[in-house]
Amino acid sequence: MTGPMALDTSKEFLNQLITATPDGERIRLCLQCGACSGACPFGFVMKFPPHGMIAALRAGMLDTLVDTDTSWMCVSCYACTQVCPAKIPVTAGLTTRIKEEMLLAGNVPSELQDALEKAQRYDNPLGESPRKRAEWASGFEPEIPIMAKAKRPVDVLWFVGDYPSYHAGVIPSTKAMAKILQALDVDFGILGPEEVSDGDSVRLAGESGLFEMLAEKNAKAFDKYEFNEIITTDPHAFNAIKNEYPNLEISYPVRHYTQFLAERLDQLEKLMKKSIEATVAFHDPCYLGRVNGIFEEPRQLLQAIPGVELVEMAHQRENSLCCGGGGGGMWLDGFQWEKAEVRISEWRVREAISAVGTDENGTRILAVACPYEPPRFEDATKTVPGAAGLIVKDIVELIAEAMGLEG
Amino acid sequence: MNIVVLVKLVPDLVEELEIDSSGATLDTTFMRMIINEPDEHALEQAIILKEREGGEVTVLGPAIEDIDGVLFTAFAKGSDRLIKLVDGFELEVNNHALARAFTSVIRELNPDLVLTGVQAHNDLDGSLGPLVAEYLGMSYVGYVSGVTSSGDKLTVRKEYPGGLIGEMEVAIPAVLGIQSAEQPPRYVAISKVRQAMKTATIDEQTLTELDPSGGPTVSQMFQPQVGERAEMIEGDIDQIAAKLVELFGDLGVV
Repeated sequence: MTGPMALDTSKEFLNQLITATPDGERIRLCLQCGACSGACPFGFVMKFPPHGMIAALRAGMLDTLVDTDTSWMCVSCYACTQVCPAKIPVTAGLTTRIKEEMLLAGNVPSELQDALEKAQRYDNPLGESPRKRAEWASGFEPEIPIMAKAKRPVDVLWFVGDYPSYHAGVIPSTKAMAKILQALDVDFGILGPEEVSDGDSVRLAGESGLFEMLAEKNAKAFDKYEFNEIITTDPHAFNAIKNEYPNLEISYPVRHYTQFLAERLDQLEKLMKKSIEATVAFHDPCYLGRVNGIFEEPRQLLQAIPGVELVEMAHQRENSLCCGGGGGGMWLDGFQWEKAEVRISEWRVREAISAVGTDENGTRILAVACPYEPPRFEDATKTVPGAAGLIVKDIVELIAEAMGLEG
Repeated sequence: MNIVVLVKLVPDLVEELEIDSSGATLDTTFMRMIINEPDEHALEQAIILKEREGGEVTVLGPAIEDIDGVLFTAFAKGSDRLIKLVDGFELEVNNHALARAFTSVIRELNPDLVLTGVQAHNDLDGSLGPLVAEYLGMSYVGYVSGVTSSGDKLTVRKEYPGGLIGEMEVAIPAVLGIQSAEQPPRYVAISKVRQAMKTATIDEQTLTELDPSGGPTVSQMFQPQVGERAEMIEGDIDQIAAKLVELFGDLGVV
């Protein structure tokens, strides 16, 4: 579509962005400085990187934007939002909305379509049986309380999440978390098969309808039971329940496990008797750090582990570099590789190697606090030269090991 | 063109199939039904034809489990009319009975073209398409992966083993068994499906009886037997690699 009509639809869309997003009116302030596109890890591949999207909308090119598949390179990492001098809500108010339009127009890479269809049918993007969501906990000693069976109020409802429930590379950290909670005598329960995907990543991939459907299912389960707060190991679940569910009138107090455990540091320090002699770099997950401002707690936990020497990577805290799994990136690996011929996770592993050094005699660890990361970074250690000895572990696994709870 | 798409629901293999205590049927306790995958391609092909050449798409399915969701999704993708056949369906109905049930409704619709998936993983008594074609007295072509129409003739691309593709003319009305649509089935956003639930209606056609005659009677079901033909190679990586190279050489692969 070209001509005056195209200008009208673009203007209408732009007006929607301006009026319907909190702080959306800031889009008017964009002076095309391009900082967002420079900070974007995949800005160099996108035909319309964030500032280009605004320029295109002003020029009446919504249709062109919607037809351009390179906008699927956006990993919703908030680097653009963080760096914008005009404080434009770039991720929430622009890139996510463009993805929604692309999705409605049927411009969806097949890998992503597959994950969305699975999330729709099985309540998890991995396409696993919803009935087996708590299978990781079967045979666990002592037993993990599942709310429907426990039939009692608990202090803490542990929202386990998709990858921690199903992914073989993430389940070890789920089990470590369970052992730590038990060792700390936390009165907790899980929802088991009543839990569904938190939906944050399908939302960021433009599937807001599916996000709402999943949120409503979780809300139904939350509503059935009595608990004081929700904790989770997944920054996306944390972000969704904290910042997005309230928009759907689903409001529960929620904390990421790093906050929950940092509060119990005194107790943990007494229990962490085993030393882990290692140089450790911590990767700030986008939706823990940059989006929700939690930078200190993960570092406090790592520093409390005997023997750990914590080092920082070039990109850290609010400038952290995404693992590449956000905004649908978890399900666009092939697509993004075809476009960029690099993986952000490989860049990040290179940074980790620079930070922890190349001494193969010492133990070198890349510590993470998000379930998307172990599979992505572990894969990257296999392809990045010199990274073969780098161990990728969630902070909970390191804590459990120091507490002598591993295995 | 007036197109009718037939969909059937098959057990979703996300749950392992179990045989019930009778030994002759599947245990339905945890069984979920899902649209037969080739039927999704039949629907996609129908919508592609409609978009390209005009016409109307009617989707027809048996009232089993989540058929409403399947039909509303089909509407959101671009079909025009939804019909479900009500009453008498067990989760596992044989294709002879299903084909007879479909036939009675299809006749009323007087279509130019009937599309259905070429096969389903629970076809114990042959695939649905040829049965429907026989009962309707229409031509049938199966393993189709592309359809164009010109007047009262269709040109269809039929897949043969070994990568061969045959192109043939078919007079309408006809029944086609779709192997794959010209494009992969499209994604439809949930918001559009929810919209369809509000705006679309599903016509119900009540059946008087189901006639399964001609199909087989299952006396016993078995789980696949574990074979013992695999050779496990032991050793470190170098030894395993050397052994593999040797084996591939012996087999004439390298």
